[in-house]
Amino acid sequence: MIPDFLLTLTIFFPLLGAIVLLVGISKNEEVIKLVGLTTTLLTFVISLALYAGYDTAATGFQFVQKQVWIEGLSISYFVGIDGMSLLLILLTTFLTPLALLATWNSVRERLKEYVIMILLLEVGMTGVFAALDLFLFYVFWEAMLIPMYFIIGIWGGQERVYAAIKFFLFTLFGSLLMLVAILVLGYFASTTTGGGFTTDLVELYGIAGKIPAGLQLWLFLAFALSFSIKVPLFPLHTWLPDAHVQAPTAGSVILAGVLLKMGTYGFIRFCLPLFPDAAIRLAPYFSVLAVIGIIYGALVAMVQTDVKKLVAYSSVSHLGFVVLGIFSMTEEGMQGAIIQMINHGLSTGALFMIVGMIYDRAHTRQISDFGGVAKVMPVFAAFFMIVTLSSIGLPGLNGFVGEFLILVGTFTSEFLQSYAYAAFAGSGVIFAAVYMLWMYQRVMFGPVREGGLYHGHQLTDLTAREIISLVPIVVFIVWIGVYPSTFLSKSAPLVKEVVQKMEAAKQGIPIRIAETP
Amino acid sequence: MMNAAPLIVLFPLIGFVVLGLFGSKIRNERVIGILGSGSVGASFALAAWIFLSMLGMDAYERKHIVELFTWISAFTGNAGSLSVSVGFQVDQLSILMTLVVTGVGFLIHVYSLGYMHGDPGFWRFFSYMNLFIFAMLNLVLADNFLLMFLGWEGVGLCSYLLIGFWYERKFDVGGYKSGTSTTNDAAKKAFIVNRIGDFGFLLGMFLIFERFGSLNFDTVFGSASVMSPGSDLMTWITILLFIGATGKSAQIPLYVWLPDAMAGPTPVSALIHAATMVTAGVYMVARCSVLYALAPATLTVVAVVGAVTALAAATMGLVQNDIKKVLAYSTVSQLGYMFLAMGVAAFGAGIFHLMTHAFFKGLLFLGSGAVIHAMHDEQDIQKMGGLKKHLPVTYATFLVAAVAISGIPPLAGFFSKDEILWKAFSSDYGSPVLWIVGVLAAACTAFYMFRLVSLTFEGEERFDHQHVHPHEAPGTMTIPLIILAGLSIVGGWIGIPESLLGGNAFEHWLDPVFESANEKLRMTPHEADAVEYVLMTLSVLVAAGAIWGARVLYLKRNEIVANLYRRFAGIHRILFNKYYVDEVYDAAIITPTVRLSESLLWKGIDVRVIDGIVNGSAKIIDVASQWVRKIQTGVAQVYAIVFVGGIFVILMWLLFKQP
Repeated sequence: MIPDFLLTLTIFFPLLGAIVLLVGISKNEEVIKLVGLTTTLLTFVISLALYAGYDTAATGFQFVQKQVWIEGLSISYFVGIDGMSLLLILLTTFLTPLALLATWNSVRERLKEYVIMILLLEVGMTGVFAALDLFLFYVFWEAMLIPMYFIIGIWGGQERVYAAIKFFLFTLFGSLLMLVAILVLGYFASTTTGGGFTTDLVELYGIAGKIPAGLQLWLFLAFALSFSIKVPLFPLHTWLPDAHVQAPTAGSVILAGVLLKMGTYGFIRFCLPLFPDAAIRLAPYFSVLAVIGIIYGALVAMVQTDVKKLVAYSSVSHLGFVVLGIFSMTEEGMQGAIIQMINHGLSTGALFMIVGMIYDRAHTRQISDFGGVAKVMPVFAAFFMIVTLSSIGLPGLNGFVGEFLILVGTFTSEFLQSYAYAAFAGSGVIFAAVYMLWMYQRVMFGPVREGGLYHGHQLTDLTAREIISLVPIVVFIVWIGVYPSTFLSKSAPLVKEVVQKMEAAKQGIPIRIAETP
Repeated sequence: MMNAAPLIVLFPLIGFVVLGLFGSKIRNERVIGILGSGSVGASFALAAWIFLSMLGMDAYERKHIVELFTWISAFTGNAGSLSVSVGFQVDQLSILMTLVVTGVGFLIHVYSLGYMHGDPGFWRFFSYMNLFIFAMLNLVLADNFLLMFLGWEGVGLCSYLLIGFWYERKFDVGGYKSGTSTTNDAAKKAFIVNRIGDFGFLLGMFLIFERFGSLNFDTVFGSASVMSPGSDLMTWITILLFIGATGKSAQIPLYVWLPDAMAGPTPVSALIHAATMVTAGVYMVARCSVLYALAPATLTVVAVVGAVTALAAATMGLVQNDIKKVLAYSTVSQLGYMFLAMGVAAFGAGIFHLMTHAFFKGLLFLGSGAVIHAMHDEQDIQKMGGLKKHLPVTYATFLVAAVAISGIPPLAGFFSKDEILWKAFSSDYGSPVLWIVGVLAAACTAFYMFRLVSLTFEGEERFDHQHVHPHEAPGTMTIPLIILAGLSIVGGWIGIPESLLGGNAFEHWLDPVFESANEKLRMTPHEADAVEYVLMTLSVLVAAGAIWGARVLYLKRNEIVANLYRRFAGIHRILFNKYYVDEVYDAAIITPTVRLSESLLWKGIDVRVIDGIVNGSAKIIDVASQWVRKIQTGVAQVYAIVFVGGIFVILMWLLFKQP
């Protein structure tokens, strides 16, 4: 039996490493990096215990811990996970050490602060996925902004300050409205019979059906704006390319791998079950934006000259699929959306690592500066190819599983009721092949540069450390592609429940009040 | 015993994994070769064994399904939700395809031992080839649409990897892009054009899932067999699937990738772009014959596209000078025949031609490889000639294949092609027009094949004797040629029609597979009659005439050719540039899309509009703050005035709020 406090331990364990670094006097770079790596690896091991102890058959939240925090407003430290949170927490704890490892020698200035920021970031991210109290969720959501802001602003590239502020303002703008919505929601709870002000998610699930349609719409939009910026959903995406290009590699990996998922996570966790009527009403609009994002992101990715920017725009396209799957509100679509969050974290995380590896060598990211790299770096070429194929959704690799489920769900959705969504979104599959393979070709194939010099630098193939950081990702890319049931079975109960709620709302049946665990 | 079917698929996968992971460490070509060809050989042996045991079974017991594990599913346990397994289906059709894929595949692997000898990417080549066989076997043995799609995209990937195998080489695609392309441009084009087709396949699959609630062949075809023909939905499903087929099998309008695909090593062209992968579309239509039987309108589309492609590609083949390009257009054209067969509901005949074509076209490509090898990578037939005395084995086998593809009895191509032509004429879904187009294409085929034979192997030697010393290929290359030549001769004898006193064993073997389709189509049976013999004789005479014409023109009366070129320079240019289809696609689709993405979407909407609004609102706040800042004067009197004014306003409001 795995004790419940393990979840709290997973969330806050990286803090321990940060404190050790803060009070530690060692200035030795290797020691600092090892402390960071060991902490994140241990966090991963602890989260594995969560996986081992998770009961797939059960519904509702597990590893629940609740401690009153602000009594008057009955705000509490309330955490717990279901299948979706479990997968996303595992993704977080899995990617963080790999991101550190992949960029072992990339950061040299203020190294200690850098590692501390990464560790704090991990606390914030895991907390977001575990929080079951809206106020606590908001605290983690905002807390994670700060280290990310510093990571971009301090260790970023040339335009880092503009990018960092843009990132910060976009996100903050959205989350302030979310805070208002949380307060309104808590106040609404107090107006229902026998209720007081509360931000307890499970209690709020219970009263969700009683919220009048008009209020639902406004609350939904307030939450959705915040999540849409995070996803990012077209047309709120323009902070992303800037943030990605300027962020240091580990920042990009975590930003793309985990942070973007908070938006789509928020839709499933809050927007749909809390405001089902509004969600049903707005589903077509959000789906249209998602489809536009899929095609738009792909087309803009196609014409980029900077590899990193290309990958950033591809995220807009891929996350469009996730949003589309969510708003199809079918079992297939939502299952696909959840697995696609993981897939995107793995593939795009790996792509950013790969871009970082080549940037560390050539100190350029311009596609036109490369060519023939496959000849010089054959091992690198193989990894790059596998990840590229995963990203373009080749059957047998992870991306296909998610995209296919999403498209099937969208196609058969009774909430969207049009083949057009799936048809247009499906064309994104063609564009993905175009921009990824074209980029791969220009970077990797063709004749080797004169004298083997790229931007004045000789390229060497991957080091053992870099290979070790990529192999685990490739393993999961194949695993999910061939045998996704390991992961899909985890999120199935949640998806079933949400879809039932949506269908009940559609038929106007009052939603059964969920029991507090 | 039949439960061993998944092993057929597994062997090449093992070959791929072992070679892919450790290939670069194994320096020994022999070990790599044994691993690479052995895995395919093992699959062939197992498939042959299963085939032999199927011969002894009752016709309706020959179908067998092995399910391994659940692959993609919603996992919510609801009855209506998606659930697809990794499962394999052995039946009369899939075992035939498996035998062709592994059999011809094995021969080509052996051939490659000699062809790829000394290449630094030797191990990489064999690992990709094994991966290809694995994907292709998934495609033909899958028991559901989704696993078939995995194979479908998988072969596309291998095709991509193998076309661009020599990725640092330049490759001339001809036309307006002449001289600027690399092998990888060809590879990428193949993949993307295929993906356009796959998009159709994907949509077709969605419709199937929505209508039938499953993607399993058994369930879908079972429900389809009790439906009545003519619904719009079935037309859409079959058209969408057929779009997938036009991509993979290089039919109009998506054929443009195949000629460029010749950039790959020649064994790849033989295996993927002639014998196996490109026939996947034909196989898919045959597999879904019940669905097509429910959509007669689609059948007509398939027949017309097939016939037009057969003729158009054959005309393009008439003027090409690259030995492999001639063969590439020939492949497109022959695939057109197969679709013509499908379209007139002669499913068995189409599959028959698929098999014989695998023999003789595989052989032609391997033969061209031996020639290219002997000529030190020269592919221009204008710079060859008289090679028959230097490459006697290659010449003899090439000639057999050329006769076979031209449709001269009693070689394999005659029986399969004639069956298609006859059905195109006589079937309830055929028409004399289709027959005429087919015969014209056959005439072109015989002509360009013997133009090719004459220019390459006969006549005077036009190559540079100083630098080129043609020599016969080694045994690993010639033995596969000889075996395939044997098959090109006798391969048709298993399908000799009743009219020629044969038993047509091939088509009867396939009967159970197409049974429900044929029930739906309710075709009028045809007895052998005089018309059939007349048409048969006509088509043979036309082919023989074309062969004679080609030999005269290119061996004896070269001046006529030169004269024709001069007089019909315009037509020649159009044919040589493949009717400018590539150019049209480029001007109408590719360039506008790139322009639009760059200037309108990225630099317009993203940078100017959205970021303009974001930065603009920041600007407004900035300006507003500058203005508001002026209130903070620091002069106490001003504050006092504002303070009092405020109180006054509030008082007024309170006073007049409630009348």
